[in-house]
Amino acid sequence: ELGPQEYFSRLQAGRASLAFFSRNVSPSAQPFLEQIENSVEALQDYGISVVKVNCPKEDVSRYCGKENALRKAYLFRGNILLREFPTDALFDVNSIVANVLFALLFNEVKYVETMADLQNIENSLKGRSNMVFAYVPATGTAEHRAVMEAAFVYGTAHQFVLTTEAMLMKDPGSDDPDVSSAQLLFCHCQRALELAQPCRRTPMERPLTLLNIHRHLKLMGAPLVTEVAEDPEKVSTVHLQLGLPLVFILSQKETYEADRRTAEFVAWQLLGKAGVAILPRDAVDLNVLLRSNVALKTPDEGVPIKYLVLEDTDEVITLVEDKSKLEQIQEDEDEEEEDEKENDNQDIQDDQVVEAVSRDRKRELPLEQILTLTEETFPSAMLEPARVVVLFYASWEAVSLAVLRSYVEVSDHLKGTQGVLLSKVNCWDWPGVCTKENITQFPTIRIYKNGGRALTYNGMLGSEELASFIVLSQVSCPLKLATVEEAEGYLRGELPPELSSYHHASVLGVFSKATSVAREAFMEAGNILSGHVTLGMYFEDDALALSRKYAVSPPALLLARSRDGSVEGIALSKQSAQDIVQMIRYELLDTFPEITVQNLPHYLQLRRPFLIMFSNGDIGQTENEEMLKLAKRRPQQAFVTCWLNLKNTPVGHGILKAYFATLPSLPVLVWVNLHAGGQVFSFPPGQPITETNVLSWLEKLKAGLEIPSSTLSEADWKPPLPAYNFLQMMETTVPEFTLHPSFSHGEPREPQPPGSSEEKAPVGEEQPEEPGVTAEKGQSPGRDLRGTAPRLAGREKRHSEL
Amino acid sequence: MGLGMKMGLEMGMGIRMGMEMGIEDGDGVGDDEDGKGVGDGDEDRDRVGGKDGDEDKHDYCIIGAGPSGLQMAYFLQQAGRDYVVFERGHAPGSFFALYPRHRKLISINKQYTGKSNSEFNLPHAWNPLMVRYLEDFAALLELRVQYNTAIIHVTLDADPQAWNGHYFVLTDQNRQKYKCSSLLVATGTWVPNVVNFPGSEYVEGYETVSINPEDFAGQTVLILGRGNSAFETAENILGVTNFIHMVSRSRVRLSWATHYVGDLRAINNGLLDTYQLKSLDGLLEGDLEDLAIVKDKKGKLHITLRYYLENRNTSAGIDSITLPQDELDNFATRAPYDRVIRCLGWKFDFAIYNRSLRLMPGKGNKNKYPQIKPNYESRGTRGLFILGTASHSVDFRKSAGGFIHGFRYTTRAVHRLLENRHHGVPWPSTVYPITQLTNSIIKRVNEASGLYQMFSVLADIILLRENATAFEYLEEYPVGVLAELETQTGRKAANGLFVIIMEYGRNFSGADKDVFYYNRAVGEAQHAWQSNFLHPVIYYYKRLPTEREMRFRPPDWPLPRPDAIHHIVEDFLTDWTAPNAHILPLRRFLENCLGTDLRNFFAESCFLFAFTRQKLPPFCQQGYVRMQGLVGTRRLQGHAMEAGLLENYTVTDFTGDRLLSSHQGSQDQLLQDHAMPVRPLQHVVNAKDEL
Repeated sequence: ELGPQEYFSRLQAGRASLAFFSRNVSPSAQPFLEQIENSVEALQDYGISVVKVNCPKEDVSRYCGKENALRKAYLFRGNILLREFPTDALFDVNSIVANVLFALLFNEVKYVETMADLQNIENSLKGRSNMVFAYVPATGTAEHRAVMEAAFVYGTAHQFVLTTEAMLMKDPGSDDPDVSSAQLLFCHCQRALELAQPCRRTPMERPLTLLNIHRHLKLMGAPLVTEVAEDPEKVSTVHLQLGLPLVFILSQKETYEADRRTAEFVAWQLLGKAGVAILPRDAVDLNVLLRSNVALKTPDEGVPIKYLVLEDTDEVITLVEDKSKLEQIQEDEDEEEEDEKENDNQDIQDDQVVEAVSRDRKRELPLEQILTLTEETFPSAMLEPARVVVLFYASWEAVSLAVLRSYVEVSDHLKGTQGVLLSKVNCWDWPGVCTKENITQFPTIRIYKNGGRALTYNGMLGSEELASFIVLSQVSCPLKLATVEEAEGYLRGELPPELSSYHHASVLGVFSKATSVAREAFMEAGNILSGHVTLGMYFEDDALALSRKYAVSPPALLLARSRDGSVEGIALSKQSAQDIVQMIRYELLDTFPEITVQNLPHYLQLRRPFLIMFSNGDIGQTENEEMLKLAKRRPQQAFVTCWLNLKNTPVGHGILKAYFATLPSLPVLVWVNLHAGGQVFSFPPGQPITETNVLSWLEKLKAGLEIPSSTLSEADWKPPLPAYNFLQMMETTVPEFTLHPSFSHGEPREPQPPGSSEEKAPVGEEQPEEPGVTAEKGQSPGRDLRGTAPRLAGREKRHSEL
Repeated sequence: MGLGMKMGLEMGMGIRMGMEMGIEDGDGVGDDEDGKGVGDGDEDRDRVGGKDGDEDKHDYCIIGAGPSGLQMAYFLQQAGRDYVVFERGHAPGSFFALYPRHRKLISINKQYTGKSNSEFNLPHAWNPLMVRYLEDFAALLELRVQYNTAIIHVTLDADPQAWNGHYFVLTDQNRQKYKCSSLLVATGTWVPNVVNFPGSEYVEGYETVSINPEDFAGQTVLILGRGNSAFETAENILGVTNFIHMVSRSRVRLSWATHYVGDLRAINNGLLDTYQLKSLDGLLEGDLEDLAIVKDKKGKLHITLRYYLENRNTSAGIDSITLPQDELDNFATRAPYDRVIRCLGWKFDFAIYNRSLRLMPGKGNKNKYPQIKPNYESRGTRGLFILGTASHSVDFRKSAGGFIHGFRYTTRAVHRLLENRHHGVPWPSTVYPITQLTNSIIKRVNEASGLYQMFSVLADIILLRENATAFEYLEEYPVGVLAELETQTGRKAANGLFVIIMEYGRNFSGADKDVFYYNRAVGEAQHAWQSNFLHPVIYYYKRLPTEREMRFRPPDWPLPRPDAIHHIVEDFLTDWTAPNAHILPLRRFLENCLGTDLRNFFAESCFLFAFTRQKLPPFCQQGYVRMQGLVGTRRLQGHAMEAGLLENYTVTDFTGDRLLSSHQGSQDQLLQDHAMPVRPLQHVVNAKDEL
């Protein structure tokens, strides 16, 4: 605050100052004064001083005298008045800084209103320098300020052009109809050597902030294609520093020129999204496939460089763009996560089963069909002539309660079924029964046959599977057949009618009287498979004749699939029950199954790659035949041929989403190496799916000639969120803990050398999420930039030139 | 399930409840009196038994057929071991035949807890039929008890072949000798504490005093001691006496304030009301050893101080004795008393043990108990274990080890240690897949009465298997010997362990603390570590703590500093099954200790993971992949989708298609606009192929 005399006497040549004259502050000027005060610091960064001049009452000079002059702010450079601003144009810090800089940088930032003006400037710059063209919907906004601040720094390097006319943006090829938001284009006029040639433009795709403009200009300033001749692992460019990937085009001496042109083409496409470098292969000793022609280096530390074989420049671009999209999302997530951390959402349930059950807890379950047993009633229930199904559960345990709900569905389904009694025991109320029955896990489902041996259910915990198990386990397993007629009937699928709807295939064990070892093993296998498979057994004198019909000799298995009615004879070479179980399970697998949530585990156990066709609805007749031919080939043992109906298994959409950035046209044939490497290959969409085509494609896969469309993450399942770190809380408040040598009070704990007796407490220090989303990851794009933002010192220097 | 777990049931047979009942204060009375002059080994009888060969030889000898002795007998019988019990009385539980004199058992007889869970109800249901029960117990189970056998001397016979390098040689009142490999002392604390001061001959003992209130009619009574037996006696005669005064050194500790069952229980504290409200009866604080009692001619008893007696002229009569009121006319106990009753509690009988056994009394206020290690083995002699009330030095004034409802668990623990040490039977354990980790802890902390009663003394131990895919669960292990877990249990703890223990808040009770202070309960899981009431605490160690670490643990901490710790927030109903407040924070703790994801998933999620990830979370790996996936109902899946925890794929997703087209469109446009010739990379590839 100064008097007018003092103020004018202090004005230095070349220094800018913003002055506001006032006599006695009127209340209406108060908000403006506040804003002006707030902007003091921001303007000081640009060497502009802000002064409030107190006018003496009697002063009637130019600035103090007139009433309306008091409603204005004046910008001086030295003692020359540059501009006067009505105070209502300076409504906040952004508008003050923007307007003041706009006035000061009158020469550096051209303001255009028409296309012609723009074209003229552009033409004048061609071959000389580049242009930064910005559109802001209005002056005095935050975006306007960002542009002006950038111009302050880069104004000498590039020509800045500003417009508030949305019309001018429409033309430059950006078809974006949304002109309400500010935009910035970098026009490469320096490269346009001929007047007729338009300047290439690279739009900045991020929001208009000083940081982003700075980043964008830095990227534009980097060489289009960097030539490198060292190990890519060691290369670092401005792109990597700014958190963008770097694409290497691996070149051969012979094709260097062409490769260079390719690199330039790619570089133009990726400008602002990734850097491009060209690396002559003979310059460095690369230990990679000779076929690889592209390498991708990501800014994330510790991520190895990926070497790829790509056929098309588009693939390079897609590769990078998808990645940057992904990163953008991840970055957002990062931010969200940070917010979440502050909000402490450790207490929010993230277990889908627990949450689902707790959302359902107020609904009263229709338990009429299920008998509730207690410590007192359990023993008597066991004496019932019916087979008693018991669900042992704990009323506080989510999986138990989820299964209880399926169990209710089973009870509804089996309503009226004779000879089966459904019951439940809550182990939380009656631990005695559960302990006695040796229930160590919740839930456990058992079937008790009139007090005898109990059968524990070990199948899928779903209502259909459980209902089928309860019904099928009613039949003795294996079923002893007395005559050849019965045996033949059994193979034809003649079963008690109530079983028919649960029945898939019949297995008949045929034994000669002598083979008692195999027979006993088979009977034991029957016990294990009871409820899951229908097994029959025939060991009469004419067993040999029966088995001969199917070209085997006893001991043998006859397998009748209900689908086609064919019977297959298999010699029973293995003698142990477990082997027989394995064998039956294996033989019952389909050759070309439709994969569902329920049956996948059976096929997973084979631990083979999957050749899987995703189809929206049933697959076509020809494709089905071709695939069946493929599946029936003997080397089929090497992989599982199957298909997935997205209509029956909608979660298949989720799989496709993970495999492909964009949903491919269906049906699509995919090879997935689930158990080794996790690569996913998709059958070329143009080719018809025929046995030969697929086989030759598979050959190429094996030879390593195909490029995986994606690779399954091999990340471990880490704790989704950190735990409460009670140890730390106690350390800071419970003094006894300080007695412990490993703990130094009040000091940040240093990571201790490995092997020291006290390792760090894992809680809260373990990486809480999958790699890549950790809180510690400081090098996520944007964050690094803070360090590289223009230094204020630099601005001071420049200011003297103004 | 381990043998021990079945105990409650097998004791069933209509008499089960008996074991859970009893006099909680093992010695029946207050613990606040220091017994003085503990007996030394009696040298007179120090004569090693004859080696005449007809001596009775056993693997295990138990002295005392009280609750703990019989219980140990039961365990040994179940395990098929060679044992014998010696009981000096003609029936079991001779202490309980006599005490408590006024038949006021201090047990809480609570049949209704609002729960049917019998394991939970154990600590709440007592049945005061102790002796009958013990008799039935011994008889029904055909335990080998030798009645009317008083062991009067115990000595050692060194022998390198013996389990412990020596045999214990026991001599009974008939000079019959017994040779034992292992000695289990379950004698309780039955020697009444006596204080010697001038005039102490006028004092009647609790053990002999009349229990008929009429004998006290119109009398003025002084009671020495301030434990449960003192108050029990006072309570019994309160209605008929002129007034009762009680003298002891320390202030009254009320059990409901200290959480220590041996402190004064509400059932016996009627006198406090008359003291506080009617100013009739009184409590006084003073050191009994400074006292003296003189009897006047009318037979009234006067209290004076030893100091006056020592300075008096011996030749003068009773009248010459200075009474405090002569100098201080408002001396509290100036009124003469008709009776002085001693109710000072009991102590362990040290007299029968030869000095070579080095069975030493504890320090300070634990001097009525022998010194033992946290595994209940004598500090002086290997192979000698102290069971029951006498083992209370381990948790004196803290937990329930001195009382039936506590030592029934420690006795079982000792038996398990012995099974491992002498018979190679490892501590019983159950192996579970890691997916059951959270559940198994929740189940135990909610039902395990041993953890609850013997809080901070017995702990459940979870031993992790390699790669943390499975774990082994050991119940109710004495946490004081955690460092020796591998040798004591025969189990391996190579991959880290959890210790589950119950604790009160560290600053909850004590002198001058209002235990009903406002806001005393902690309700939020994130402040659980400040919980005040008994609550479960889980310690995680990456490796077993060493003995050194156990020794140098912070004072008052049951365990040394863990690698991580979790408190389950205290619960008003002691029901720790709330999904969000109890189970979720526990799961997060376990997950972070193990570095894995312990969430449950529906089969559909596992299906998706199986196709899109190379690794599966444990729940899918151990369930779904083994064909035991959790399918769930449509409704549940709907709930999960609503919660955003499961994606709904049934709504066909067209965004993918749109994305594809717009993506390509913009690219095409870019190319056209700039009219750049497309140079496919094919070129590069072809060139290389030629090489």
